[in-house]
Amino acid sequence: MSDAVSDPSRSETLTTADGKPLKAALARAQARNRRRAFYLVLPLLLFVVVTFLIPIGQMLSMSVNNPAFYSWKDRDTGEKVPLMVDLRAWFDENPVGTEPDEAAYAALAAGLAHARETKSIGQIGTRINYEVSGTRSMFTKSARRAEKLEPPFKEALLDIDEDWADPRLWSAMRNASKSFTVDFYLAALDYTRDADGNVVKVEEERAVYILLFKRTLVLSAFITLLTLVLGFPIAHLLATLPLRHSNLLMIFVLLPFWTSLLVRTTSWIVLLQSQGVINDVWVATGLIGDENRLQMIYNQTGTVIAMTHILLPFMVLPLYSVMRPIDPSYVRAARSLGATSWTAFRRVYLPQTVPGIGAGGLLVFILAVGYYITPALVGGSSGQLISNLIAFHMQKSLNWSLAAALASLLLAGVLLLYWLYDRLVGIDNLKLG
Amino acid sequence: MTEPADPPFVEFDRVQKSYDGETLVVKDLNLQMPKGEFLTMLGPSGSGKTTCLMMLAGFETATHGDIRLDGKPINNIPPHKRGIGMVFQNYALFPHMTVAENLAFPLEVRGEAKTDREARVHTALEMVQMGDFGARRPAQLSGGQRQRVALARALVFEPELVLMDEPLGALDKQLREHMQFEIKHLHEKLGITVVYVTHDQTEALTMSDRVAVFNDGVIQQLAPPDELYERPQNSFVAGFIGENNRLEGKIEGIEADKAVVRLKTGELIDATPVNVTSVGQETLVSIRPERVEFKPENFDEGAHTIEAEVLEFIYMGDSFRTRLRVAGHDDFVMKSRNMLGQERLQPGRKLPISWHPQDARALDAM
Repeated sequence: MSDAVSDPSRSETLTTADGKPLKAALARAQARNRRRAFYLVLPLLLFVVVTFLIPIGQMLSMSVNNPAFYSWKDRDTGEKVPLMVDLRAWFDENPVGTEPDEAAYAALAAGLAHARETKSIGQIGTRINYEVSGTRSMFTKSARRAEKLEPPFKEALLDIDEDWADPRLWSAMRNASKSFTVDFYLAALDYTRDADGNVVKVEEERAVYILLFKRTLVLSAFITLLTLVLGFPIAHLLATLPLRHSNLLMIFVLLPFWTSLLVRTTSWIVLLQSQGVINDVWVATGLIGDENRLQMIYNQTGTVIAMTHILLPFMVLPLYSVMRPIDPSYVRAARSLGATSWTAFRRVYLPQTVPGIGAGGLLVFILAVGYYITPALVGGSSGQLISNLIAFHMQKSLNWSLAAALASLLLAGVLLLYWLYDRLVGIDNLKLG
Repeated sequence: MTEPADPPFVEFDRVQKSYDGETLVVKDLNLQMPKGEFLTMLGPSGSGKTTCLMMLAGFETATHGDIRLDGKPINNIPPHKRGIGMVFQNYALFPHMTVAENLAFPLEVRGEAKTDREARVHTALEMVQMGDFGARRPAQLSGGQRQRVALARALVFEPELVLMDEPLGALDKQLREHMQFEIKHLHEKLGITVVYVTHDQTEALTMSDRVAVFNDGVIQQLAPPDELYERPQNSFVAGFIGENNRLEGKIEGIEADKAVVRLKTGELIDATPVNVTSVGQETLVSIRPERVEFKPENFDEGAHTIEAEVLEFIYMGDSFRTRLRVAGHDDFVMKSRNMLGQERLQPGRKLPISWHPQDARALDAM
């Protein structure tokens, strides 16, 4: 004990009057308050975890793990039944690229029969159909007759459908047997696997995802720029007007917030369509001929116009909150020091609004990247964004794994941006209203 | 000093200013300043002093009249071409630039070469004893340091005229007094012309060559500090500058430099007529607390005395304040120096007081 006291590093730690370490005493004193604060947020925390984190985590995990081919959850008993056991064993024994032999076909036939018995064949067919399109019916058709098949199974199966010999199909089944796969990410980036399991680019005409990612990023960046150009003067006006006037103007800025997104989007349809208000006015004033009405909707133009309008408040508000406290004396000082009004703006005012530009830009960009309803309604085919494709895979093609892969890529991109912003500007400088 | 012989460097000629077209914030302002003068605009808030400064700087336009700088009208010259240095109340140091960058800014926008810039920035910082702070940001400086940097920035491009808008308002008392001297010394050393706006009369009196007392958009008096304090021209100035006791009455008799005033309670007192002219006129007599005498041996010969009752004795360290009841007023204050043998008057005591007729000024009744 005497050693400990003479130790200089020990003697430097502060202690309370009765010799206990100060930090421990402080922690004890504050523990009660911390616990109470925690209990207050606990309901929200549970709510978020149950309704948000767990489902999203599950969803995202589907992008690397889709058990549809090898596992079936019985609806009645809730038990997990392994599927295609023999076939998976065969895959394990034989390396990639092995020509499927009689044993393989026997295992497949047994698997199909078992799948039909457990009513899981639809799930299996759908799973393989993701990789090799048009194979779903082949699975159901073959499974119906699988029980009655006689050896040799290879001939018997090929008899039902020639395509059973397709090496791509076997490659797909091999991949689907793995519990961990990056294939959905490959698909989301326009790559696929050939029969030997090598990663190759998909054919030009089927490559859509990279194009859509690019379009989403470019359009979002463009919309962000537009909202900045349009929003900056408004925010400046709001910040410099006397409070009485600026409050009124603020209501106009906020008005769209209180209107349904759907209403705003559909009113753009009314305005922009070729028989719509704007075209009518232009034709009536003779600005354009009746036969050259402008196509401003159901294309990228429509998406850009409607989204810029809808996202504008998200740019104006952070800008405003940064501009409001900037004292007019800064610009005055710059002017008195000999700067023209343009120089004073560029060198003194603008740099002080950077946190607002960053916050507004980041907010609008992130919202735009994930925007769904507006492009779905006014985007036509050329104005669709990646989120519309994610929705398509969630609702129509039911390829949730691919949807999850696309969504995770999008999420990763947004997080990367956020990280970049933090490095360049600093999150502490972010001001959101 | 009131009528400078040289052509004025700064001149306000019949300047008026209105913000709303209904009321005049500045009414018919005429003011001439010679080169090198330190002039303070002093007045309560809303008296138009800051508006005058802003018109001179070019941030407000005069509604009527001419403002001339070095003989040339500057009404239509934008602020950045006037070449006037300005120090703001909140310093207005650019938060995103370092101290050195702040100082380099006026030189940079004038297109000065980088090496010259650095040398001048360095000199300016040395001048305010901030030589080691060039790389800091304004947020890392204390209030007094910011004030010095703001001062250096307003001076670095060597303007001939520097405007200061309540520059010491945000500092604590001790620092403020210290900075007052520094600004004063800089003014003397550099020979610049300074227009200084403040509502602090001590500041105005200690620093200025002349003080313009503003009220209600009009200059009430423009005079050197001692004259302003000792010979206020009207009751507003008397009341605004320093402490002062007021007694209302009517002129009983008047000579060239002496007036006898009968107070409302009937007593007679002596005073110097300032802007009263005729017998029977209502007047307000103003007497500084430190000029009130209570020792009969100090009374002016032949002066009237007036009966007073001690109500309160306040010990203030360097001086004593004695609150008296005089001619029905409960707030008549007498100030006496705390020196060896000085008498401390006890409450309840009654005694005659008096003053030199020159120290009591009969002004217009407000």
